[in-house]
Amino acid sequence: MSQRQVLQVFEQYQRARSQFAQAVADLAARPQSIDTLRSAGVVCLLRPLLLDVVPSIRQTTALALGRLADYDVEMAEAIVKAGILPQLICSLPEENRYYKKAAAFVLRAVAKHSPLLAQAVVQSGALEMLVICLEDFDPGVKEGASWGLGYIARHNPELSQAVVDAGAVPLLVLCIQEPEIALKRIAASTLSDISKHSPELAQTVVDAGAIAHLAQMIPNPDAKLKRQVLSALSQIAKHSVDLAELVVEAEIFPVVLTCLKDSDEYVKKNGATLIREIAKHTPELSQIIVNSGGVAAVIDCIGSSRGTVRLPGIMTLGYVAAHSENLSMAVIVSKGIPPLCLCLVEEHEDHIKAAAAWALGQIGRHTTEHARHVAVANVLPTLLDIFVDPRSSEDLRTKTKKALKNILQKCTYLPALEPLLHEAPPSIMKHIIGQFSKVLPHDNKARRLFVTTGGLKKVQEIKAEPGSLLQEYINTINNCYPEEIVRYYSPGYSEILLERVENYQPVL
Amino acid sequence: MAALARLQERLAGLREEYFLTNRAIDEDRIIKYKAAVRIQRWFRACRVRAYLRYLSKMATLIQKWWRGYLRRKSFKEIVERAYFIKKEKFYNEMAVRIQKTWRGYYVRKYIHNFYALKKYLDAVSVNNELVRYELQEFADMKENEEKMKDLEKKEKEKKYQARKMHYLLSTKQIPGVYNSPFRKSPDPMELLLQQSKPLTHRKQQVKSPFADELYGWPTCKEPPGFVASLPVLPADRQKPQGPFRDPAEVLQQRYKPMEPTLRVRESMYSSPPKARVPTRGEEWRDPIHDNQFLPFSSYHKNHEKYEPSLFTSGKYGQEAYGTKYFREVYPKKWVADKDFETLFSSIALFEKFGKTYSSTGQIL
Repeated sequence: MSQRQVLQVFEQYQRARSQFAQAVADLAARPQSIDTLRSAGVVCLLRPLLLDVVPSIRQTTALALGRLADYDVEMAEAIVKAGILPQLICSLPEENRYYKKAAAFVLRAVAKHSPLLAQAVVQSGALEMLVICLEDFDPGVKEGASWGLGYIARHNPELSQAVVDAGAVPLLVLCIQEPEIALKRIAASTLSDISKHSPELAQTVVDAGAIAHLAQMIPNPDAKLKRQVLSALSQIAKHSVDLAELVVEAEIFPVVLTCLKDSDEYVKKNGATLIREIAKHTPELSQIIVNSGGVAAVIDCIGSSRGTVRLPGIMTLGYVAAHSENLSMAVIVSKGIPPLCLCLVEEHEDHIKAAAAWALGQIGRHTTEHARHVAVANVLPTLLDIFVDPRSSEDLRTKTKKALKNILQKCTYLPALEPLLHEAPPSIMKHIIGQFSKVLPHDNKARRLFVTTGGLKKVQEIKAEPGSLLQEYINTINNCYPEEIVRYYSPGYSEILLERVENYQPVL
Repeated sequence: MAALARLQERLAGLREEYFLTNRAIDEDRIIKYKAAVRIQRWFRACRVRAYLRYLSKMATLIQKWWRGYLRRKSFKEIVERAYFIKKEKFYNEMAVRIQKTWRGYYVRKYIHNFYALKKYLDAVSVNNELVRYELQEFADMKENEEKMKDLEKKEKEKKYQARKMHYLLSTKQIPGVYNSPFRKSPDPMELLLQQSKPLTHRKQQVKSPFADELYGWPTCKEPPGFVASLPVLPADRQKPQGPFRDPAEVLQQRYKPMEPTLRVRESMYSSPPKARVPTRGEEWRDPIHDNQFLPFSSYHKNHEKYEPSLFTSGKYGQEAYGTKYFREVYPKKWVADKDFETLFSSIALFEKFGKTYSSTGQIL
């Protein structure tokens, strides 16, 4: 038998292995074939191929495993149970970049499903290897590793801490500075996932000097990168005043406003979120935002978008207005009320309406001037409609009630209060009547107007429990008018008059 | 005796008389005694009262003097205190008045300064207008860019389409579909077709072994970019008019193979221990195969050319050291079909010899 024939056997075997791995990888990419693959015990068959002598077979196998794990939790669990992860990880540092990429893909696909699986990945020592991969020269490998770290870190603070302890953060910060957009994007997303859990983790990211680099990338034309960068910055800024100040000091301010005009919805949303996270901490930070024209940009953003993109913008306005009366006035001056009112009318989802109601309440609760501006914009009837509407959720109703109460308690603009008298439920009515009882004793014209518009009649029709606050208010109002008028408008007065006509003895 | 008898007669009366007298005396004495007691009582009482009156008078006198003395003693202090209190009250009142005015002024001027607030709000609204305007401009610019990009893309698409459909161009004999003889002027497409070149056949792309599976999945959509070789100039280029060099020279210069120095050739990262690491890893990984099975039937041809060493396989045996110059070239003696590659760093001066040009383009 010649040498050639012997070698042919080996060659055939190798070709078959390679074909098998390739075919499984192709099949794993199709969702409909996964169940069949699972019942065929594909994981056990792929496992020995991970130790194959030929590098390309190893890579293809890893790729197939990655696709399987990517598909659903059960496959990922099966892969973890089969003990594939240690095999995959041990040989990683010696392998070429393609294999590293594929291995990182497997780890990522396993870790993404649940905290338990991510924990299993961490326990198999994947973090060290991923960090080594982050030091690789190939951007693709770095990308894969960074992505895997991000999927591990996003589950909970402990896993995130484990990623930080593995020393990934400085390398991720280096990755942000690489020229490849995709790598930057994923590194920024990973930093965002790490810093979202706790102030300490965010502080670690800040200590690695991430903020300056992230802030530099805000004007980048790539929308997806912008999304991640803004998200990372907002996750850092959300924890404490110090962190928010650090973010502001990176001079993000005029630049970040351009993101609110971006064509990409998520860039808008994340930009608004970043501004919200900064604004919510202190009046000073809010002041910075107002001075840089951020409020106008946010208001434009609210006006030009729909749905959840609006939500962070609405909340930004609420936070800014809540801090002080000047800031609230600045929001009013920036024409913030009409878009918010529009949100109340247009939006279908209750939580957005609730946010808008809350923001309006924060704007109107400072002084009579504020309340007047809010009332003039015809907000009160809208709020009342929402409050009365039986389809509104419980949360929305409490929020609108609070907002109404806040505004009404400061509102002395009677023409706006008049229409409410006819439709308000008792819980709101008491605040409205209270405002009338405060204003009418001191205002001559208003007293006259109150009678002519039928307010007094309405007040007489209200049934209040004797001794209650409402009754006191009503008495105060009644004391502003002569007795005949009050009696004239009381219900049942016509019957009394008729009775008198009947009883009257004509004098002849 | 008679006297005695008389006496005796009288004796009984006497006795009675005596008794009566004594009784009267007794009674009288009691009355007198009581009267005396009453008189004495009155008198003594008078005396005691007078004495008491005297005592109280004296006490009043003493007290009067004493109290007067005491008051006189503290009067000054009291007056001073009262005066002080009055003064303090007055000062407090005045202080309140000053503070009231000052605080009102201060707050109006610095804290709730209406004019400053108005100015600030005006400034905010102006600034907002500015920001809105700038952002609008920015958005417009972006939109324009997008539009331009779209246009360019469409144009490119159109041009590509024209190149693809170049065969529809009309010839002298037969008008093409876009050049209908019944129309006054040809279709714009016809003009485009005239301007564009026909597509050449696409080169067969050589598939790299890992290409499809490794760039298929989402992380890496494109293969890593390597430095592409310079664009190939056509070999039969005409010499352009003007003081240009001969095209052949230019070509030679352009495609001159790189001669890196030794340091550059050797990888920076291949220190001997590092080089040994992969082998160790392989040994660990391949526990089944003790020695890797290399020689597949086609392995020789593709990968390895066995080159026997010059010294051992020379026809004429070894040459003495120093008799052969490595710079000399004897193509006849080559065992393989190409020369050794010089691995020594080139000497710049020698390299330039015969290849450099003066500024005027003449060979030196």
